[in-house]
Amino acid sequence: MSNEVILSMRGICMTFPGVKALSNVDFTLRSGEIHALMGENGAGKSTLIKCLTGVNDFEKGEIFMGPEMRPIRNHSTLEAQKNGIATVYQEVNLCPNLSVAENLFIGREPLTKFGTINHKAMLNRARELMKKLDIQVDVTQALENYSIALQQMIAIARAVDMESKVLILDEPTSSLDDNEVEKLFKMMRALRDEGIGIIFVTHFLEQVYAVCDRITVLRNGQLVGEYEISDLPRLKLVAAMMGKDFDDLQSIKSKEDEAVSEEVLIDAKGLSHVRKIKPFDLDIHKGEVIGLTGLLGSGRSELARCIYGADKAQTGTLKVKGKETKINAPIDAMRLGMGLLPDDRKAEGIVEDLSVRENIMLAMQSLAGVVKRIPMEKQMEITKKFIDLLDIKTPSTETLVKQLSGGNQQKVIIARWLATNPDFLILDEPTRGIDVGTKTEIQKLVVDLARQGKSVIFISSEIEEMLRTCNRLAVLRDGEKVGELTEDLSQESVMKVIAGGERS
Amino acid sequence: MKSVIDWLKKVSKKPLFLPLVSVFLVLVINLVYDAIQGNYVFEFLKFELKEGALYGRIIDILNRGSEAAILAIGMTLVVSSSAGTDISVGSVMSLAGSLCCMLLAGFGVTHVRELGELQMPIFVGVIAGIAVAGLCGLFNGFLVAKMKIQPMVATLIFFTAGRAIGLLLTNNKMVYIHLEQFKVFGGKLWIFPTPTVIAAACILVMAIILKTTSLGMYVQSVGINPKASRIAGINSVAIILLCYVICGLFSGVAGIVATSRIYSADSNNIGLNLELDAILAVALGGNSLGGGRFNLAGSIIGAYTIQAITTTMYALGVAKAQAPVYKAIIVILIVVVQSPAVKAYFAHRKAQKEGGLAVAGRS
Repeated sequence: MSNEVILSMRGICMTFPGVKALSNVDFTLRSGEIHALMGENGAGKSTLIKCLTGVNDFEKGEIFMGPEMRPIRNHSTLEAQKNGIATVYQEVNLCPNLSVAENLFIGREPLTKFGTINHKAMLNRARELMKKLDIQVDVTQALENYSIALQQMIAIARAVDMESKVLILDEPTSSLDDNEVEKLFKMMRALRDEGIGIIFVTHFLEQVYAVCDRITVLRNGQLVGEYEISDLPRLKLVAAMMGKDFDDLQSIKSKEDEAVSEEVLIDAKGLSHVRKIKPFDLDIHKGEVIGLTGLLGSGRSELARCIYGADKAQTGTLKVKGKETKINAPIDAMRLGMGLLPDDRKAEGIVEDLSVRENIMLAMQSLAGVVKRIPMEKQMEITKKFIDLLDIKTPSTETLVKQLSGGNQQKVIIARWLATNPDFLILDEPTRGIDVGTKTEIQKLVVDLARQGKSVIFISSEIEEMLRTCNRLAVLRDGEKVGELTEDLSQESVMKVIAGGERS
Repeated sequence: MKSVIDWLKKVSKKPLFLPLVSVFLVLVINLVYDAIQGNYVFEFLKFELKEGALYGRIIDILNRGSEAAILAIGMTLVVSSSAGTDISVGSVMSLAGSLCCMLLAGFGVTHVRELGELQMPIFVGVIAGIAVAGLCGLFNGFLVAKMKIQPMVATLIFFTAGRAIGLLLTNNKMVYIHLEQFKVFGGKLWIFPTPTVIAAACILVMAIILKTTSLGMYVQSVGINPKASRIAGINSVAIILLCYVICGLFSGVAGIVATSRIYSADSNNIGLNLELDAILAVALGGNSLGGGRFNLAGSIIGAYTIQAITTTMYALGVAKAQAPVYKAIIVILIVVVQSPAVKAYFAHRKAQKEGGLAVAGRS
């Protein structure tokens, strides 16, 4: 590995109204390394990246590129690209309806001598590129035909082909399953060996240790330090991010929590939704945390959505507290004391242009109906209560929710449901894309809810997290519930059922 | 001096700042004109009592702008909830007026001069007119909310058909109601122009609804993120439908006012091009036509700004045929000043200035 510095950021300062987002942050990237940028939500990771790519305009500091340390300052992502800095985000910023080849060469299409697009050359170059990077796709197919993982790889391929020296991957693995992550890592390693410097932003600690060479940790907009991966074991990394020692790996569930009431709250028989989830039976007891696990797309979200009425159940019967009920729309489920925190926070969770208060009040208000407006004093009281209770970091109750960090937005939605005092809460990936500290807080909250006699469906991609919080796991595969695990919950036993083979 | 700047900074962040500045600019143009003409400088603001009614340029603006202001209320809700515009409001106005006059006069009758000739009490005709406008709104709302048709396409139906139905109802003729009891809606109430009073009442009703119910939050929530709203238990179909019905009802009210002004059902001209004024009013009020957050006061100020521009034009002696050109120029200026690009530019300059100050302060 060569140790030539290709990117150096020095003394970057950046203020948002009322917040010092970055103060005097240094960052160094060498060629041929994968460099993790770590920190909790609001630590300044995204802001630093945005300063580098020209999305944000920083106030003070300098950026140097290349071995000759050429000073640069980007004002747009386009300018950043010209300077050899490419970014691939969690949400792929390509055109789904264009072909793979078109996406690869959009804006820089090879031309014929008449000035029209040379499709043949474009296809050939696209095939070559895909072959070189070992991505197996048909370049003439529309991009939307491929999984998010492949789309991301194609986005990376595009960046690489534009002769980028610095590649920024911002949370690329959030919506990938383990297999896909492994493929992505393989590609990252190959690019590293070619001398490209990769900045890897992620929340998954395991992934950092699997693929990175070096770690830079930020906390509250300040640089904590830059470490070689071998010098910074997991616990120390967490400690550096949190600024304190941390009980990340300890169990939060005590033995008494294992005991579950006999009272059945939800009794689903043969519920299904065509093409999404095959008929399943599920009963949930009072005060129980039941985990739904399986690979991405296995139907774990769909099962929960079917119970809640987000996707209306087309067959089967549902009994709530022993009474048979029909749920046509989410409001029916809410009247029965249910709540759903959807997995896609941005698309189905937050209402981004409404304030923190309005977002928290939304479910409670819709239960009350349009005519019975909850009085302002009561709204403020409830909002303030949950801001304190969940430690939501917001400048005021009237701040637009889109201005909060991801973890705090998630807490706002949790507050929205807790405000309705539900008996049964479905949490679909509540900890995705949020920092370790908040993750543990949410896990503790789930166990607490169960202690209060509420039932919870907990869905997560991280088996470890499920093992810490759930009493029972239901396993799904290919849109079908294939088994339940109550005893002997361990990583291996769960993996075995997910992977398939025997039913248990 | 510093406190003035601070005050300006604070005030300029309020959502109504720019709409109000636009109104202020129009006023200044008037003042300057009067000064140049050697008139009394505040001629514009002057109003007087003549023959038991208020007269003056500002009264005229409030009077003439009533229909646009009433339409702007409904349009604001439609834009916010469905991220689209209802382009049928002008035609629906004329339909409401035609139905009202036809019911009052009887089919085929073109003149009513005596109270005894009326086929039914005036208020029944008026309510029927407003109700049919509400039905048009319901139809529009059904197409948009339930059938998921783009708002402009859905409302295009009544945009074209509304006037034609009106002509059918009036048997292709102008229907005159020469009765003081009917003229009152477009005339005067005590010393005030009735349209102004009706507009004020409509605004008040809507303001009370928004203040005492959670309709405003529902509408905005649905407009910003319909999926999230549904998960949180809001019936977005019903909310969008309701917004279109409200918009239809207000079109009906505006239609009755416009019809009463000329005490006749003139299907071809009532509310002509008013949908554009209503949409522009919403935009001038600082509301995004992409839906989401709305500010009702802004839309209403926007409606009166448009009328102020028109009235100013006429006062300045601009020929009626050329007025739209100047109107367009002023509208472009106002819209550009409020545009995201200009806002971003000022925010950027401010950030740089403050950043510079912070650095200077430290060294």
